[in-house]
Amino acid sequence: MNDKALTLKRKFAETRFKIYGLASLFLAMVMLVVIISSMTYRSIPAFTNYGINLEIKLANEFIDKDDLDYRGIIRETIFSLDSECDDRKCRRSFSKLFSSGAAYDLRDALEEDESLYEKNFNFYILFSDDADLFYKFGIDKNLPENERRLNDQEILWLEGFQEKGLVEKKFSSNLFTNGDSREPEIAGVLGAVIGSMYTILITLIISFPTGVLAAIYLESFASKNRITDFIEVNINNLAAVPSIVFGLLGLALFINFFGMPRSAPLVGGCVLSLMTLPVIIIATRASLQSVPPSIREAALAMGASEMQVVFQHILPAALPGILTGTIIGLARAFGESAPLLLIGMVAFVVDIPQSVMDPATALPVQVYIWADSPERAFVAKTSAATLVLIFLLIIINLAAVILRKKYELKW
Amino acid sequence: MPNYHGLYSLLWSQLIPLLLLLIFIVIDASVKELLIFERLPESIILIGQDEINYSVNVIRDNIRNLDVLISLDILSIESANGLYNQYFLYRTLFLSIISLLSGALGFFAISRLNMRFDARRNVEKILRFIFFIFSTVAVLTTFGIILSLIFETLRFFSQVGFTEFMFGTHWSPQTAIREDQVGSSGSFGAIPIFTGTLLITFLAMIVAAPLGLYSAIYLSQYAKPSVRNYFKPMLEILAGIPTVVYGFFAALSVGPFIRSSGETLGLTVSTESALAAGLVMGIMIIPYVSSLSDDVMSAVPESLRDGSLALGATKSETIKKVIFPAALPGIVGAMLLAISRAIGETMIVVMAAGLAANLTANPLSAVTTVTVQIVTLLVGDQEFDSPKTLAAFALGLVLFFITLILNVIAMITVRRYRERYE
Repeated sequence: MNDKALTLKRKFAETRFKIYGLASLFLAMVMLVVIISSMTYRSIPAFTNYGINLEIKLANEFIDKDDLDYRGIIRETIFSLDSECDDRKCRRSFSKLFSSGAAYDLRDALEEDESLYEKNFNFYILFSDDADLFYKFGIDKNLPENERRLNDQEILWLEGFQEKGLVEKKFSSNLFTNGDSREPEIAGVLGAVIGSMYTILITLIISFPTGVLAAIYLESFASKNRITDFIEVNINNLAAVPSIVFGLLGLALFINFFGMPRSAPLVGGCVLSLMTLPVIIIATRASLQSVPPSIREAALAMGASEMQVVFQHILPAALPGILTGTIIGLARAFGESAPLLLIGMVAFVVDIPQSVMDPATALPVQVYIWADSPERAFVAKTSAATLVLIFLLIIINLAAVILRKKYELKW
Repeated sequence: MPNYHGLYSLLWSQLIPLLLLLIFIVIDASVKELLIFERLPESIILIGQDEINYSVNVIRDNIRNLDVLISLDILSIESANGLYNQYFLYRTLFLSIISLLSGALGFFAISRLNMRFDARRNVEKILRFIFFIFSTVAVLTTFGIILSLIFETLRFFSQVGFTEFMFGTHWSPQTAIREDQVGSSGSFGAIPIFTGTLLITFLAMIVAAPLGLYSAIYLSQYAKPSVRNYFKPMLEILAGIPTVVYGFFAALSVGPFIRSSGETLGLTVSTESALAAGLVMGIMIIPYVSSLSDDVMSAVPESLRDGSLALGATKSETIKKVIFPAALPGIVGAMLLAISRAIGETMIVVMAAGLAANLTANPLSAVTTVTVQIVTLLVGDQEFDSPKTLAAFALGLVLFFITLILNVIAMITVRRYRERYE
């Protein structure tokens, strides 16, 4: 082989190698984009809902405000659409087309505006998930009737509504304002978000002071000996223990041994704080180390004690870094779901939790619960919930970045 | 420094009482239970465990209110009265001892204060001790994990043989509800679970190792600093996405995609295939591989690189023949950490891999993993003495030790490597 060919070959190998590197980086980026965009695309149907505008006739009727049958009123109203439907079977199938949440919407509307009790007014009644999906995606009529979610008669009704121009598509805020529900069209993530907030709050309260003080001890006061070495190895190892093992610990220790309540954000917070602790300790130590020794020496020379040096000089200088590390640790805890499954935060919770002792679920766990639901409409809801989760994580991480950019001291 | 004198007496008077108060809060529930149990009438104990638990719970929730306690009709009036009195006697005694102790310690501290007393040094001694206690929390957590796992695992092995668990090839933990039912014992051979975990981890590493390594090479050796500053955080976003999102993505998009493309090729693919879970997990792990590999390759001394380039080697030849071998221990450490992460990963496999414990190496079939089984065994209603729930702890112990060993080896290799070039 002559020199020229060899050089060419080597050049070619060089380019090829570089392209491999670029391609794998590019592929990883593409996967990131694919995941985010597929979630976004699939979540679109979750933000709208089809409904029907009907007149609710309350005028000329005797109304007992304390004991009003909202469900009955809704029923009466929807059956006015098809007067021929009067046997039980037909009525059941007909009312299946409308959301069972409509009665609650009506109650809320009436409580908000008392004057409605005395008049006839137009009210927007949500369709149920099956009917909603029919308007959004249509239905395959070639399938045998018993394999479809809607039978022929129901499809006929729905097409009828559309022909009469009664059907209306609206933005649905249920996703952000409601707790969980078995009905996809009224299910929301608010309860899960609040549950997550409580959990993270407990995590912060426990792990931040513990982590920072432990790091200060190890970095500034501990003498190098076997005990501190052992502690250090432990912390490093704990940072790499699978999260589900912390769930097992929480189940055995907090719930079985201490008798703390299942499904409570309190226990979830305790478990997640043990998980976050090593992250905070490691970040705090790195941040303390980055403060130049001259500061410490100057303070010592002025007669400050070790404790005063740390708390009056080193800690304030290291604080931005510590807070950034803490926020990143909390963001990880926020997205964590495996340990929460084991301590029972996977329950079906309709009510929005009011305290850290109430049964609650967390946002990532809500995603898991919905992903497991058989109703097709939950696919969009789940995608939307993952978007909410990612969005909240971006905000949390953005806070960390801004904090670092703004307050980080350069020596 | 008067504030140190104040702090000194404050710490003396509050520290130990606060600790006792914490103990009081922790043991309060079990003391209540003990007191209630002593007074539970024979008739309820005879009915069975459920009834006992229920009654104890009801009484415990209402122990503060004597009227309710009596109206519950579980205890006779005398024992309700006795319970109420005894509980409050114990509470009052405990709390008053704590406050008395606090006062006494405070007086003691104040009596030591005088002009020459070095309060600052003494305060700092106490604070230093408190900080030391905080730093042991991590150690206590590790011990807590090991103890609780071992304790429950021993209970498991008192019911199921060790060899059956470690070497058995049949896993079906569903114990029957009625005792006379067929197959009521359940079988706990964990080999299919271990092989399933290995299969998925292997698939994940096939994706993550080359992609992560090549990305690291590009970022650390080729990319301009501006490009690097931009792409490195982007890559790390992959590690920041919650695993439940990956799981949902795998179950919703990747699984059906693999299934349909497999069908066009004439292969039978199960919807919850190991391949889908492994691929998506591999994507998740890329940053774990690339981040650490990037660090170790950047840490290779410039002199090695310059020497190789000066001899006429191209950049890629330098990387392949000089930098990569030099950084190899560190890269191996990175891979081990990534493998440990893959073995312990839960949500992706729970959502995308199956529950069926198949003993197979076919990536297109459904397999199950250690973490999936832990979750399935422990989510939902559970009784704490059945081998079914205890098996989860045995699996957890195996998981903990395997990841522990991987982590320790990885940490030691990376540390040795760092020391070599320092």
